[in-house]
Amino acid sequence: MAAVEIDVNYVAHLARLSLTPEETQRVSTQLGNILAFIDKLSEVDVSKVEPTAHAVPLVNVTRPDVVTGSLPTAEALRNAPTKANGLFVVPKIVE
Amino acid sequence: MSTLNQLTAGELARAIRRKEASARQATEACLNRIRQIDGQVKAFLSYDEADALAQADAADRAVAAGEAAHRPLLGVPIAIKDVLAVRNQPLGCASKILEGYISPFDATVITRLREAGAIVFGRLNMDEFAMGSSTENSAYFTTRNPWDLERIPGGSSGGSAAAVAADECSASIGSDTGGSIRQPAALCGCVGLKPTYGRVSRYGLVAFASSLDQIGSFTKDVSDSALLLKAISGVDPKDSTSVPESVPDYAKALEGSIKGMRIGLPKEYMIDGMHPEVSAAVKAAVDQLQKLGADIVEISLPHTDYAAACYYIIAPAEASANLARFDGVRYGKRVDGADPIEMYSRTRGAGFGPEVKRRIILGTYVLSSGYYDAFYLRAQKVRTLIRQDFLNAFEKVDAIVTPTTPTAAFKAGEKSNDPLQMYLSDIFTISCNLAGICGISVPCGFLKEPKLPLGLQILGKPFGEAALLKLAHAYEQSSPWRGQKPPL
Repeated sequence: MAAVEIDVNYVAHLARLSLTPEETQRVSTQLGNILAFIDKLSEVDVSKVEPTAHAVPLVNVTRPDVVTGSLPTAEALRNAPTKANGLFVVPKIVE
Repeated sequence: MSTLNQLTAGELARAIRRKEASARQATEACLNRIRQIDGQVKAFLSYDEADALAQADAADRAVAAGEAAHRPLLGVPIAIKDVLAVRNQPLGCASKILEGYISPFDATVITRLREAGAIVFGRLNMDEFAMGSSTENSAYFTTRNPWDLERIPGGSSGGSAAAVAADECSASIGSDTGGSIRQPAALCGCVGLKPTYGRVSRYGLVAFASSLDQIGSFTKDVSDSALLLKAISGVDPKDSTSVPESVPDYAKALEGSIKGMRIGLPKEYMIDGMHPEVSAAVKAAVDQLQKLGADIVEISLPHTDYAAACYYIIAPAEASANLARFDGVRYGKRVDGADPIEMYSRTRGAGFGPEVKRRIILGTYVLSSGYYDAFYLRAQKVRTLIRQDFLNAFEKVDAIVTPTTPTAAFKAGEKSNDPLQMYLSDIFTISCNLAGICGISVPCGFLKEPKLPLGLQILGKPFGEAALLKLAHAYEQSSPWRGQKPPL
């Protein structure tokens, strides 16, 4: 896997991240080095190992289904780039 | 005679309680110090002087009303990393994408500090979104190491470490995903505590890697770490990953002898590339712990060598998902586009800095179809092995001792063009987060020339902070490093 050629433009599209051509070039080289480094993990025999997603000794944390206070609309909209009528304004999605 | 900003949080709280000093005087002493030296240190992105003084006056009224007895931090100025929400104050993660953002609520840690009486102030510099080891990834400026202004303070919580080391506040709060508290604490010569995953609520912490992030403190001594941990710990209904374990009286746990406590020395941490004076300082500290009565045992953590590779899959993967929320819709910067996807891409392209982009791309890649099993799933399995190494070791020992970093603080610019070299400066601190255990860095001496602080890392069992603090305290009290100040 050390020689993986990453299609940075495709990954950047998946991440919804626009990159300049220079950035694409730089990231491509740097990621090649980083991926060669993390390829080290392929040495480890993990055939009988369960994955660890996190280290919390809890499952299915719930709370009573009771309504509690929440952020008022004005506060939630306080940092909105654009807003109108108590709503966030975004570009048109449906024709 | 120490000035009020130089006192530890515990000493200052005591002086205020006894009415030998006021919260107003303490806050003014910190603000004066900031005005005097922060132009050089650059620990603070911003601070709200009027708000800090208003809190100080409220604290003085609370002292007059007799509240000091049950509010252990009453009047103590504590500065905050730019990653935690403080109501009506900016929250930017040192990123352009959050420029102008004002928090509509307090993080739980902030609420708890306020309840304990602290004056919560300032926005401390950091690597953008906590991604980095030097603060050079801040979108604004690089914080300087108070011991040598040409050098970096470590990161990502570099501002938090530098501010405490330079006496610009009594203590500070940071976050640690792969060493972001312990590494800068070591490089700046203060005490940095990363509590167990689940010990401290993360409500109001901007998420970087959710299975690794934890909030902790920077303090001038170990007893302050105990004081702050007691104040900020405990289960919180607003964070379902906070664990309902009881919170011991950590200050009490500092008392008594460490005789008979077993300390493990992992042979895998004696790597090439470690500075010889770092090895010597750690060896001297271990000898000291032995003199104090601890039993030293050589142990093995066989998967140590895989921790950095494991971390640089898991952390970017989680970051790529967490940072999806910065899309220009509800808050932060927005760059318009013809349709929502173009708006997201342009906003994120303009708002994020190079390291954040690099990690989003890396994280998206390792999670993408066809690569998930080879990278992400495999890393999660290796993580199991790393965690198991620690749990096995903790059956034989009470704590594990290592250097915090392989070298002292490096010069600004030295590693900033080589992300992989920068990643490897966290090599001793990463495993602790992957395993979800607790860790502390305490000063253990200095590099001789130039004089730069070195840190001893002590790692403890899950929810074993009491034993960790006890060992760190015993070492600190018997060593000459506490209270040494940088030549500013």
